[in-house]
Amino acid sequence: MVSQIRPVLVIFSFLAITTGIIYPFVVTGIARAAFADEAGGSLIVKDDKVIGSRLIGQNFTEPRYFWGRPSATGTSPYNPLASGGTNQGPLNPALAEAIKTRIDSLRAADPGNNAPVPVDLVTASASGLDPHISVAAADYQVARVARARGLPVDRVGELVAQHRDDRWLGLFGEPTVNVLELNLALEHVAVQVGE
Amino acid sequence: MTMAAILPGLAVLALAVLCGRPLGHYIADVLEGKAASRSRFRLRLERVVYRVAGIDPERESGWKQYAIGVLLFSVVGALFVYVLQRLQVWLPLNPQSFANVTADSSFNTAISFVTNTNWQGYAGESTMSYLTQMLGLAVQNFVSAATGISVAVALIRGFARHTSKTIGNFWVDLTRTTLYVLLPLAGVMALLLVSQGVIQNFDAYREVTAIAPQADGSHVQTLAMGPVASQEAIKELGTNGGGFFNANSAHPYENPNTLTNFIEMFAILLIPIALTFTFGRMVGDARQGWAVLAGMAVLFVSLWLVAAHFEQQGNPVMAQLGADTSRTDAQPGGNMEGKEARFGIGASALFAAITTATSTGAVNSMHDSMTPLGGFVPMFLMQLGEVAFGGVGSGLYGMLIYALLGVFIAGLMIGRTPEYLGKKIEAFDMKMTSIAILATPAVVLIGTAVAVSAASGKVGVANPGAHGFSELLYAFSSAGNNNGSAFAGLSANTPFYNTALGIAMWLGRFWVLVPVLAIAGSLAAKKRTPVTAGTLPTHGPLFVVLLIGSVLLIGALTYVPALALGPIVEQVMMVGELP
Repeated sequence: MVSQIRPVLVIFSFLAITTGIIYPFVVTGIARAAFADEAGGSLIVKDDKVIGSRLIGQNFTEPRYFWGRPSATGTSPYNPLASGGTNQGPLNPALAEAIKTRIDSLRAADPGNNAPVPVDLVTASASGLDPHISVAAADYQVARVARARGLPVDRVGELVAQHRDDRWLGLFGEPTVNVLELNLALEHVAVQVGE
Repeated sequence: MTMAAILPGLAVLALAVLCGRPLGHYIADVLEGKAASRSRFRLRLERVVYRVAGIDPERESGWKQYAIGVLLFSVVGALFVYVLQRLQVWLPLNPQSFANVTADSSFNTAISFVTNTNWQGYAGESTMSYLTQMLGLAVQNFVSAATGISVAVALIRGFARHTSKTIGNFWVDLTRTTLYVLLPLAGVMALLLVSQGVIQNFDAYREVTAIAPQADGSHVQTLAMGPVASQEAIKELGTNGGGFFNANSAHPYENPNTLTNFIEMFAILLIPIALTFTFGRMVGDARQGWAVLAGMAVLFVSLWLVAAHFEQQGNPVMAQLGADTSRTDAQPGGNMEGKEARFGIGASALFAAITTATSTGAVNSMHDSMTPLGGFVPMFLMQLGEVAFGGVGSGLYGMLIYALLGVFIAGLMIGRTPEYLGKKIEAFDMKMTSIAILATPAVVLIGTAVAVSAASGKVGVANPGAHGFSELLYAFSSAGNNNGSAFAGLSANTPFYNTALGIAMWLGRFWVLVPVLAIAGSLAAKKRTPVTAGTLPTHGPLFVVLLIGSVLLIGALTYVPALALGPIVEQVMMVGELP
């Protein structure tokens, strides 16, 4: 066993330096040179201010914005410092209660809309930072958002259609809408109409 | 079930088999010392390292020396990861000034990464410095995987050789696997991931000005940063599974879109599948590798489809409350609690099956929120010993142990001395096989029993009723089988769980690995018996059925009582909720 002490220390140190220092630094160097935007977090810059990341959802609760998925991140929703889901089991009464509350608040914000609510709009995402909702979940909110902003329903519906991200080859992935990008486009339209 | 749910799974499997074949042959070349000699630079680099280490690369050892090497290397690795966490506040690359990790959590994480489990008791983005992530955790992602491959290849040598006292040189196997197999694959994959939006930087966390007020009333959102892609790549390739962030591969910075999700699933399957071809190549009969692969594939596909079916069917509670759970062209429907919109149901169920069929434990959805029978699948795949592809190395040696059991049972039935690949399977081999097969169920069931009896165990449970029991059973199944995924509602970052699961992970890894090396040594020493008319062929459909039969027999006999108390009761209750 003593004869193994030198091999274990030398081999461990060599592999640790190679895979733990050289490897991540080389990858970072190439990544920053070739894919600077992606490596840095796919940030959205507006008027010289970083206003978010295309990949990280933000909290929207006002009726004039499209709302994202319910978020269970630590301390408060859409907190990237504590990603995670609710981890509620399917028969947990707290899950049923939460879904009921979410459906009630969607209905309260949009009286008269009695359509069934798309399930992804009332269930918490896995990361709590989900930047997307399903196309159905966006369509569901069009009337409310249009009313809150005094925009024609068709114009808002058009925006959703423009931001629709379809299945690749019709088979891979899910049809989604990026909530932050949709809301940014919405602000833009609202400004134009306001002028 | 729709084509859209099935096709991506078949595509990723087919691609992994297609690429696994040449890779498997390459791995055989590397570990037989053929590949290194192709490059002068490699040869010189290796020679310098071996000289400093005092190793003669030409000198092989017996199984005991090999096992001591593995154990010493793992102990040193665990100590290093432990110390790094305990000192991180004074070390560089800690822009958020994270404090030193607590003793019990450091112990758990050190064992977790060294045993290729990568159970996460901690939340990465609020606990671990960049240095701890890359020099502590990611290094183990590489070397624990390389250790698994080395042990699997040592076992293959046991079959391939005859009247030999040695099974290889662990230091050489380890070094070559890391440098020539894992490192290049990880580099390419990391860059692919970055090109799709996985982050890779050493920046401090970035404050952004959100357009609408956030939950605390301010417009500030703070984005966690870090060298994620380099770690993500080896996390999947090495079937490790420890995420940079708490949400693991569900986090958009770890897994931003459909393509990265596909790449990650492919990467998980690649090496475990490749090793079946390494096996075929090294024992000189490709059909033997195909037979093992076929057994793995049948187990995997059937269980994956069960999960996909029940997740798409969804939770009747949600539908009753007024949620639309149907699948259409505009929404995934089904049970979307704990799933990401971009993955929907199909890619989440598939990922859950892949991550537990192998010993990965990365997650792109929260398994705790799966439907009862949807969540049964990942749990059962782990309990089968993770042999349906399995971890890198550990999957193949686990499955070969079941092959030995299968031929032994068949031998008893027809009254002949069991043989596998020309080696007589005798008393010593069967003793070691029994130890290896019974070790993890013992760890899992005793661990679960202790947790449900102890007050400090019960206090961690998050969900009421049968699901709470499932959380405990899942935790010990995951630790004992070195998976690392969780029914994450369980509050496991407590001294009780950090210690109990730490011990379970250590025993689950080495209580299997050492008997496997003993079998390798015993087989290598045997003479090769010639094939006769009475030899059971181990490359046909009959053998595949025998193999699957032994896996299911052991898995079902061991775990059905426990499973009945968890997911099965819960399913019955859920059906009872229907009007």
